[in-house]
Amino acid sequence: MSFWSRVQRASVERLHIRLESLLVLVALSAVMAVLSPYFLSLSNFLNILLATSTIGVLAIAATFVIGSGGLDLSLGSVMGLAGVAGAFVAVNLGWPSVFAVCACIIAGGLAGYINGQLVTRAFVPAFIVTLGMLGLARGLALVISQGRAIYGLPPEIVYIGQGRPFGVPMPVILLVLTAIVAHCLLAYTRFGRHTLALGDSEGAARAAGIRVEHHRRIIYTLSGALAGLAGLLFTARVNAGDPTAGINYELTAITAAIIGGTNLFGGRASILGTMIGALIMGVLQNGLTLLAVQSYYQQMAIGAVLILAVFIDQYQVRKESRV
Amino acid sequence: MTLLTLQGIRKSFGAVDVLHGVDLSVEAGEVIGLVGDNGAGKSTLMKTITGIYRADAGSIELGGRDILPLDPGQRRELGIEMIYQDLSLAKQQDVAANIFLGREPTKKLFGLIPGFVDKAEMDRQAAKMIERLGAHLPSINRSVGSFSGGQQQTVAIARALTFNPKLVIMDEPTAALAVREVQSVLDLIRRLKSEGIAVILISHRLNDVLAVTDRIVVLRHGRAEANLVTAKTNMNEVVGRIVGGGDTSAAAAHEQRG
Repeated sequence: MSFWSRVQRASVERLHIRLESLLVLVALSAVMAVLSPYFLSLSNFLNILLATSTIGVLAIAATFVIGSGGLDLSLGSVMGLAGVAGAFVAVNLGWPSVFAVCACIIAGGLAGYINGQLVTRAFVPAFIVTLGMLGLARGLALVISQGRAIYGLPPEIVYIGQGRPFGVPMPVILLVLTAIVAHCLLAYTRFGRHTLALGDSEGAARAAGIRVEHHRRIIYTLSGALAGLAGLLFTARVNAGDPTAGINYELTAITAAIIGGTNLFGGRASILGTMIGALIMGVLQNGLTLLAVQSYYQQMAIGAVLILAVFIDQYQVRKESRV
Repeated sequence: MTLLTLQGIRKSFGAVDVLHGVDLSVEAGEVIGLVGDNGAGKSTLMKTITGIYRADAGSIELGGRDILPLDPGQRRELGIEMIYQDLSLAKQQDVAANIFLGREPTKKLFGLIPGFVDKAEMDRQAAKMIERLGAHLPSINRSVGSFSGGQQQTVAIARALTFNPKLVIMDEPTAALAVREVQSVLDLIRRLKSEGIAVILISHRLNDVLAVTDRIVVLRHGRAEANLVTAKTNMNEVVGRIVGGGDTSAAAAHEQRG
């Protein structure tokens, strides 16, 4: 076994990170640093992290669902719905901010719970259920907000999005905390191991006595709740409950998860890897913005990267299984 | 000591009678070969032993205890394990994860937060289990899917062993294996026998069955057609009982060569 493949294997086994994605991140950053004089600065670094925070939380949700052999296309819409729900509770109802925060998480979790129920009880494929929820949640967000953004959020909520304790943006702190908890949950607990086993072989999981359907419902609910958290972060940051928030975000989130080494068909996933994937997407978008590339092209870049990431992943899987 | 006794087991699915009163007994530490043509009822019979199917009539006793009303989980607790042909392994997970899937040992993180998998303990026990089988695997930290068929079979057997079984039922364990690997799986079966564990081996590979079993039970049209002592029979007789009379020398010669 060559030195390179040994290091590769160790990084996957010990750190749960695909070495290639880390190299891509470093290389991409180096290219951006050469192309733009503004790239290498602390404020731009924090900018990238801040812009990555929402996508990062969604990508964590995508990692759990895809790792378990499922799919959640409704992430972006549920995020939009959750943000509107929180803003509605805080502004239109005038309830205390803590209720608004809960409303975001609960709205997201509820949407995810419905996804899970439909996938496991109605036997509609996850692809269709969450595609339907993509439309349902977006429509409901527009209904609740009557098609307009809800302004005038209380300062506590705005602090969640714009506050900077010790100079670090709050969304970044919350993303890091969420990622740490999610990483421990996925890599070190029975829940996480069963999640990956389930995505690997549903038959093996069932034979081992894992309550497969129950487990899937929890994962979809968790995914929705995380989308709710992302909605809260976004709403607080832009200081408005925007019903069109998060359109196409599921595309970026799923791409980040796949780049991070999540197997599209389940069984292999790592939150640390996904964070690297999210940073790659963040650096890509930030760099293209600094280079004054139109945002339409950025959209195209994300789509191309998704296809490329899956291609490389599947290529490697085929190469390994040939040995 | 008789471990398992089946008497007059009947099972039908709708209008199709699959088992017409099968009798079978297994001694502790005995290796039984269960052979028969496709559709003879081998799988159905095994699933009535593990409890996945409920027999329509007849009795099943394990160590003198009637286990007919018990569900598969309860029967497993009493010591009946089955290893399916697809092995039910999670191919992208490592050896220890597969052996302990669903029963991972846990510890408290910093002595406070429960539910964390004790990976070190799991690896240690998994390595011990593989060693107990006298088997060699490239690394217990590699994903099972990167192993050969025989090595995967080893993992499946190691997993079964952690349930402290009295009886292990193996469905075609050598069917898809390379020639050299067949021997190591047969060695594993002998190892189980030496530990006092009874094995029911379902196989189409009659050479393997003749090599490793104490007795051969031939199932034909849902009945136990023959009960042969392996040491006192030969390929010709086994093939004759499977296909049911006629000139079987050509078929037997073919099996002999295979």
